[in-house]
Amino acid sequence: MGIRTIKMPDIGEGIAEAELVEWLVAPGDLIAEDQPLAAVMTDKATVEIPATFGGRVVDLGGEVGKVIAIGAPLIRIEVEGEGDPAGTAEAPAAPAPAPAAAAPAPAPAAPAAAPAAPVAKVATPAAARAVRPEGEKPVASPAVRTRARDAGIDLRGVPGTGPAGRITHADLDAVFAAGPGTVAPVAAAGRTANTAVKEIKVAGLRRMIAEKMSTANRQIPHITYVEDVDMTELEALRAKMNAKRAEGREKLTLLPFLLRAMTIALREQPQFNARYDDQNGVIHEYAGLHAGIAVQTPTGLVVANLRHAESRGLWEQAAEIARLAKGARDGKLTRDELTGSTITITSLGPLGGISHTPIINHPEVAIIGVNKMQMRPVWNGSEFVPRQVMNMSSSFDHRVLDGWDVAIFIQRIKGLLEDPLALFTEGEA
Amino acid sequence: MTRLTCKLLVIGAGPGGYVAAIRAGQQGLDTIIVEAGRPGGTCLNIGCIPSKAVIHLADEFHRAQEAAGDNPYGITAGAPVIDLAKGMGWKDGIVARLTGGVAGLLKKAKVRSITGRARFIDGRSVSVTTTDGEIIICPETTIIATGSVPVELPFLPFGERVLSSTGALALTALPTSLAVVGGGYIGLELGTAFAKLGVKVTVVEAGARILPAYDAELTAPVAARLRDLGVTVLTGAKALGLAEAGLRVGHDGQEQVIEAEKVLVTVGRRPNTAGLEALSLTMAGAFVKVDDRCRTSMTGILAIGDVTGEPMLAHRAMAQAEVAVATAAGQNQPWDKRCIPAICFTDPEIISVGLDPAAAGAGARVDAFPFRANGRAMTLGREDGFVRIVSRADNGLVLGIQAVGAGISELAAAFALAIESGSTLTDIAGTIHAHPTQGEAFQEAALRGLGHALHM
Repeated sequence: MGIRTIKMPDIGEGIAEAELVEWLVAPGDLIAEDQPLAAVMTDKATVEIPATFGGRVVDLGGEVGKVIAIGAPLIRIEVEGEGDPAGTAEAPAAPAPAPAAAAPAPAPAAPAAAPAAPVAKVATPAAARAVRPEGEKPVASPAVRTRARDAGIDLRGVPGTGPAGRITHADLDAVFAAGPGTVAPVAAAGRTANTAVKEIKVAGLRRMIAEKMSTANRQIPHITYVEDVDMTELEALRAKMNAKRAEGREKLTLLPFLLRAMTIALREQPQFNARYDDQNGVIHEYAGLHAGIAVQTPTGLVVANLRHAESRGLWEQAAEIARLAKGARDGKLTRDELTGSTITITSLGPLGGISHTPIINHPEVAIIGVNKMQMRPVWNGSEFVPRQVMNMSSSFDHRVLDGWDVAIFIQRIKGLLEDPLALFTEGEA
Repeated sequence: MTRLTCKLLVIGAGPGGYVAAIRAGQQGLDTIIVEAGRPGGTCLNIGCIPSKAVIHLADEFHRAQEAAGDNPYGITAGAPVIDLAKGMGWKDGIVARLTGGVAGLLKKAKVRSITGRARFIDGRSVSVTTTDGEIIICPETTIIATGSVPVELPFLPFGERVLSSTGALALTALPTSLAVVGGGYIGLELGTAFAKLGVKVTVVEAGARILPAYDAELTAPVAARLRDLGVTVLTGAKALGLAEAGLRVGHDGQEQVIEAEKVLVTVGRRPNTAGLEALSLTMAGAFVKVDDRCRTSMTGILAIGDVTGEPMLAHRAMAQAEVAVATAAGQNQPWDKRCIPAICFTDPEIISVGLDPAAAGAGARVDAFPFRANGRAMTLGREDGFVRIVSRADNGLVLGIQAVGAGISELAAAFALAIESGSTLTDIAGTIHAHPTQGEAFQEAALRGLGHALHM
């Protein structure tokens, strides 16, 4: 038995260090080769670091949040066989697994010519060869054709390295190795059963989202409350404010107004602005509003934290939301900007639908969902009038929040949004 | 009236239909096969198999006749006599074994077999007239495998004296003379057999030469052998009708009557589309049009075999059956065969696989090796014929292989494998061919193409 070290690998893009976001293993865990060890975040992306060999975790190279330089020890693992060679602990590259036990001794009767064969057979990258002229049928044995067909590969696009341009099994191997998309799929005439199955590893941000959603949905009994809000007056006000705004500066979206309304409502019902540590049975109720803003990024959903929304004016909030959204999409938010929110807002804008059932951003206790705004006929007592109406679909942790309180909270926000003057009069109170 | 439903209905239990049904049954598809006659279709009952039996019978008789005459082997034998009814009984025994075998295989594959004549009511239901009344079958998918039937000439209707191939294979007494109308492979195979059995045979062919589907180089040894067997071949001749003494024939602008106790009409076969009328399928000439997955113009209706076009060969239908069953099962397995071998069981036999020299065009080279330089051919007493390889001039890819020679039909396996596998001349030349065999001519032809034939 020996101890070997896995070092922070060079994850590319010329970066020198990465921040530990999450440990995926703990000391004492038995791990396999390629198993993700930790998630680290660079200023570009969050990356999982896989184990280069298996063994038992001895200790971790640092707490979450620590910035580790490329090449510095990340984790120490107890392995079968020898440990790190003396004096190599600071060597820049992670050592390869010792191959001694794996290589079988050559058979004594092996013909002398055998070892030369692999050397002579230098694989020509198939893609580098010219594919046959237009209209010429590919030459291949029935076995190769069947194999290609089963894999959905059109042999017309596969170069053949055999005699007379014959496509060999090795040529197909090269196509498989090159991965999907390198050969045009067989264009089937008419309707056919497409039996292709693509395997996508759930990793990185997607895996974190998956785990978070599962945790939230498993542990939190959600209650979802949907109410409509007449936005006509607020929209008129917002349009007026934006019209006076200088060209090229952030415009107000709905969100700063919603944050304002939430600030006022939370003053009366602070239990909605909380994080519930259900493991220890403790609710942390926050005085400040740290609004989680759900942002769709190319790699998946991210919740950015607009800290102390209660301390910012409308325009400042607008600027901050724009900055956070851009940062999230570019993968440039810091850990602080991605954690610690106390209540989350989710909005899909015009795609918001008429209602949805948002999942709470665990361990928070409430999530406010905004649906699309649309002109609807509203009965004003004597006639139908066109009004801009928007639904809000919000979910709450029913373990700690009752339906009655939920109704009061949402009705309060509705009242504030429908009478925007109150947003400012009560906000300043 | 009984109503049945199934996943797959196969109409016709010939080589296409029964292979489709067995394959479908093996894959667990609930399958019904409908056949009006005995299983096995034309091929097993009245085509390939019985004709090969009759040809063998004739060869045996002919050999005995040769032994009775002057021969180089030093054999003296008495003049042979044939009891044709007994010989035909032997042939019928083979047919019965094979058709019984097919019925057993269908049963083993859990295919329901129904004897009766099928007719489409619409695209989703088929009526079958059986001895027990009408059955309506509503399948999810139907494979039409109704095959083909001999073409009848209006002025020579089939009957007692005018025979189709079916009638000729059912004769129990030899006619003294036989006129064969149509010098294609069916007419020549049977005409040769009857000539060997001692019948005076005249072949009437409208074209300029016999076996017009093959090039003259390939057919010349057959024409020579027919001459030796005493068969009269009239080319550019047109049958006009029956006369008391025989067959009236227009030849060289004159009408003559050729002696013919019986007349065998083998002017081709036409697809059997009876029962398909209700579907109004898109046709390709007289044939049902299908795509490379055996789909017709109607969804859920597939077709295979002779009814879908040339070449009308059992092994093509069998290969299509695999494609059609895959299509029926929702798989995409289009037709991707490079060649369909064709054989004339004439004397000598002809094989053609892939492209002939004319079809291959200017970019091809043609290399032949004659059997007169082949030791095994000499020991068999038959040195006529050759093996010919058509290959790409630039890279040696084999495009086609033809051969003509006595008893060489089994070489078709090697020829087809070479083309289907994408072999080059080097592959064939580099394969050890057993000595002494006629197959060595194949290797020699390839060597010749590479510029170093050994035995030429």
